[in-house]
Amino acid sequence: MSFVEYGETIKDGDTAIVFLGHESMFPVKVQHGTVTQTKYGVIRHSTDLIGKKYGSRVTCSKGGWVFILHPTPELWTMNLPHRTQILYSTDISIITMMLELKPGSIVCESGTGSGSLSHALIRTVAPTGHLYTVEFHQQRAEKAREEFREHGVEHLVTVTNQDVCKNGFGVSNIADAVFLDIPSPWEAIGHAKSALKAEGGRICSFSPCIEQVQRTCLAMEEYGFTEINTLEILLRVYNVRTISLQIPDLGKAAEDNSSTGFDSSSPSHQGSPCANLQQGTVQFKSGVPLREVVGHTGYLTFATKS
Amino acid sequence: AMEGGPGARIREGDCAVLKRDEVFKAVLVLRRRKIIFEKQCFYLDNAIGHIYGTTFEVTSGGNLQPKQEVEETTTETKEAGTDNRNIVDDGKSQKLTHDDIKALKDKGIKGQEIVQQLIENSTTFRDKTEFAQDKYIKKKKKKYEAIITIVKPSTRILSTMYYAREPGKINHLRYDTLAQMLTLGNIHAGTKMIVMETCAGLVLGAVMERMGGYGSIIQMYPGGGPVRAATSCFGFPKPFFDNLHEFPLSKVQSLLSGTFTTETLASDPEENALVEEESNGLSEEKQTSLQEAEEEPATEAPMEINPTEEQDTMDINAEDVEFKENKEKENKENVREKQIKQWERRKKLQEAAALLREKNADGLIVASKFHPAPLLLSLLEFVAPSRPFVVYCQYKEPLLECYTKLRERGGVINLKLSETWLRNYQVLPDRSHPKLTMSGGGGYLLSGITVILEKGKSDSSNSEALKMEEPSSKRCKLQDLPC
Repeated sequence: MSFVEYGETIKDGDTAIVFLGHESMFPVKVQHGTVTQTKYGVIRHSTDLIGKKYGSRVTCSKGGWVFILHPTPELWTMNLPHRTQILYSTDISIITMMLELKPGSIVCESGTGSGSLSHALIRTVAPTGHLYTVEFHQQRAEKAREEFREHGVEHLVTVTNQDVCKNGFGVSNIADAVFLDIPSPWEAIGHAKSALKAEGGRICSFSPCIEQVQRTCLAMEEYGFTEINTLEILLRVYNVRTISLQIPDLGKAAEDNSSTGFDSSSPSHQGSPCANLQQGTVQFKSGVPLREVVGHTGYLTFATKS
Repeated sequence: AMEGGPGARIREGDCAVLKRDEVFKAVLVLRRRKIIFEKQCFYLDNAIGHIYGTTFEVTSGGNLQPKQEVEETTTETKEAGTDNRNIVDDGKSQKLTHDDIKALKDKGIKGQEIVQQLIENSTTFRDKTEFAQDKYIKKKKKKYEAIITIVKPSTRILSTMYYAREPGKINHLRYDTLAQMLTLGNIHAGTKMIVMETCAGLVLGAVMERMGGYGSIIQMYPGGGPVRAATSCFGFPKPFFDNLHEFPLSKVQSLLSGTFTTETLASDPEENALVEEESNGLSEEKQTSLQEAEEEPATEAPMEINPTEEQDTMDINAEDVEFKENKEKENKENVREKQIKQWERRKKLQEAAALLREKNADGLIVASKFHPAPLLLSLLEFVAPSRPFVVYCQYKEPLLECYTKLRERGGVINLKLSETWLRNYQVLPDRSHPKLTMSGGGGYLLSGITVILEKGKSDSSNSEALKMEEPSSKRCKLQDLPC
């Protein structure tokens, strides 16, 4: 297994994802002799995991079961230990496409943070590309290096511990794309420009506040970037639910023994509701928006070096 | 091998994208071929050899000329007003008439100069606020400066272009939705992907771009053959197509039931490869005749009289493609050649079938005009466990059905129904605000992960099944009735 290559069976040393149910999962480091506690009981790595196929169901000691999944950058993003606020797959998706990333791309990123975007970038540029990621916090940089090693992708990434605003990315004139997620991106635009290849490189800056965006756009313009464009992307998730609505009692048309209110023998209208004739309800399937929707993460500003 | 390193150059035969502000158009780069774009007529000849990303001006002769970097006349403290309370829009503030402007254009005066003339001849210009002046200049520039940039095609460029120009061809798949699909599907190099799309080949192209030529793709197609009009716009190098396979949907059932055979390809609908959506009816006729022919296995293909017609639905000069294609046809009217082609096609079909039979694909992407449920339920059979799949639909309701059917089938977890909203912003000093919000019109996605399907056991892990239903009201007891 690695984050850039699928494997079929679970091996010692793999990072696997234990899936317990809707929105409930966690990563696990597979190791001979180790035991993992879950609310359904214990999972013994040696007997329950190693050698099993990814996608298998594993029954835990208390009888409940879980699924063991092959890791992907998206699953990692949902389950990684946060050292900083992270980017989620919705933003990561549009960043990847707008920066035109693909196998072989050279990308520069700062700050590395918790490595959420980093894993996604590495996956996209593999096997022939490279990620140069810069993190000014020493422990975070070290933790990132450790994770990349564990995840089998260390050959695709270089972590540098320095301040990108002062010292840049450590490379020049080779990057296809640069990504900035730092408090003062306008201070790094010059460095970004020198890291980028001569013509056609793309840049993206992520900032939660519009004031940061304004300063960054100004800096991009000053440094001669073109096609400067700011957007934000929002995810709307729907829960699929069977909804039952009661039919109101509208009384009788005339004084006789006809059915109360709603004529349950009339054909259903509207889409495909299933009338529950006995109970006076109509059932239908609906995609119900979640009550609390993730609002703003940040603004994404893209531009091209020409 | 990566196409286009730093500074890829425009070559004849390329598919290039013309860009002016936010308007894109894909064209085939051919000499002496008139292009019409944004009310401008010109030839691309002079662009050949330049680097992609170069900006050109259209000369009065209809040729392209690289735009010189002119220092923008920076505002020496220009005269400006404070607000518009006294500015009356009577349509008379511009002293130059239509004819005057036309005369300037005919004289070959550059756009920049025309804009300057318009400013000088506007009686109200100096009363406008600085912001209003900025806006005025931008508007005039947009109209009179014939600036065109030639950009290299990419998923970003083509998906934006198609959504703006021909959303119907791509089932209104908005580019941010496509972006989500590529990430949710974990599309990357070295995988074996199944793609089923009727988006003119745009989705296929996007997948191919993210795979970089590594791995393999089996494209499922309806009717006579896959439409790859948009795919050719990407300009992928030939090796990318070595591991691109195709397989007809009409053979999926036989493959799943084990009765698939390539023996009976009498009147092979695949002869007519690229079909326009409108002529789908035609290929369906051929299909029924094929089913009839399946009664007697044929070992020799009958002679094909009609040469294959490739009808492209690209946003490019249709004539060019036809011209190229016809020339090629002229040289291939040899019957023996046709028989060899027939044999090759059969061989390819068998290869594709063999790849599918392994039932170990690393993912599934569906984005079509068809109801997604039957596609999902059948094509998921070919996907390995613990792999992602993503289904796009222009409408939400069919995905609700898919969700329900998948729950009944089992073998999938982490189902998620979603859509994305996109908002872009104008960011200018003291003038920042949102511009356009795109919501609802970009389609919906259903994504999930496969797991090992064990018949007879529910995969809704433990209490998950209960989470599906709303809490019952006091009056009625809920039952999950089969709808």
